[in-house]
Amino acid sequence: MSTTTSETHVEHEGHEGHDHGLSDVGYIKVALLLAVLTAVEVSTYYVDFGPFFIPVLLILMVVKFFIVASYFMHLKFDSKIFTWMFYMGLFLAVGVYAAFLATFKFFLAS
Amino acid sequence: MADVAVHAPAAGHDDHAHGHHTSTGLSNNKLAMWLLLGSECLLFGGLISTYMLYRGRVGTGPTPDQIYDIPFTSVSSFVLLMSSLTMVLAVSASARDDQRNTNLWLTVTALLGATFVGGQVYEFTAFYKEGLGFTTSLFGSSFYTLTGFHGTHVLVGIIMLMTLVVMNNKNKIVGQKSEVVEMVGLYWHFVDVVWIVIFTLVYLIPS
Repeated sequence: MSTTTSETHVEHEGHEGHDHGLSDVGYIKVALLLAVLTAVEVSTYYVDFGPFFIPVLLILMVVKFFIVASYFMHLKFDSKIFTWMFYMGLFLAVGVYAAFLATFKFFLAS
Repeated sequence: MADVAVHAPAAGHDDHAHGHHTSTGLSNNKLAMWLLLGSECLLFGGLISTYMLYRGRVGTGPTPDQIYDIPFTSVSSFVLLMSSLTMVLAVSASARDDQRNTNLWLTVTALLGATFVGGQVYEFTAFYKEGLGFTTSLFGSSFYTLTGFHGTHVLVGIIMLMTLVVMNNKNKIVGQKSEVVEMVGLYWHFVDVVWIVIFTLVYLIPS
């Protein structure tokens, strides 16, 4: 089993949820990607994206969220049970509060 | 969840974060942490939704566009984002049983978190001086409640990180050390992902 810091550690293959994730270099690359995405987000404050302004921001937000959850929180490498537990809470929250906001005609007002 | 030795001899693994002696074969502590984080989604979902609903209700107070300092908040967001990197490096060092680097990265993470909280205190003070108090308007109440709750979570995370460093130095961590670091890491990353959402929905998308 590899213990170097320059390659992905995948231990006990075929045993679901038992990988260690990326190497340190891999995590730094992910962080750089997140930094670039954040820079693009902030650029929307200075550059006019027209009708794409809100969709671009929402897409970037979702992409950053899933990158952190998948790589830094190890959901991509860990047991799928953890993924289910987290995303069930998340999707329940999104569903409940989308309904809540719709009740108050938030989306019509927007 | 009952601790049953179902997976004890499975695949001949030791108990090093693999083949836990539980009915699921997974760490009960980790399951509990993910369950907590799933439920935290509901807490922050409620706070964010309330803010979205009330951000236009400014009364006689300042509007979001008048007081938000996007360049400043962008920098503090970047600091928090990078603290996730240092946290994952601490988890990685801990998995390698590298105590020195574990403590180093945990401390750097705590410092970055403290920088973020310091920025938030500065921001709150500036907003207050500009006329936005907690009871000035529904916008003010919902804004301070949401960001204050998040800031409190970061503060709790910093306390957890520093406690971990002290306990690690004294070799007083009970159980699998790398798993304890990983769980504090999960909490920290969650605080980061919540801020990713808050930064976009609260600060970048205008009312």
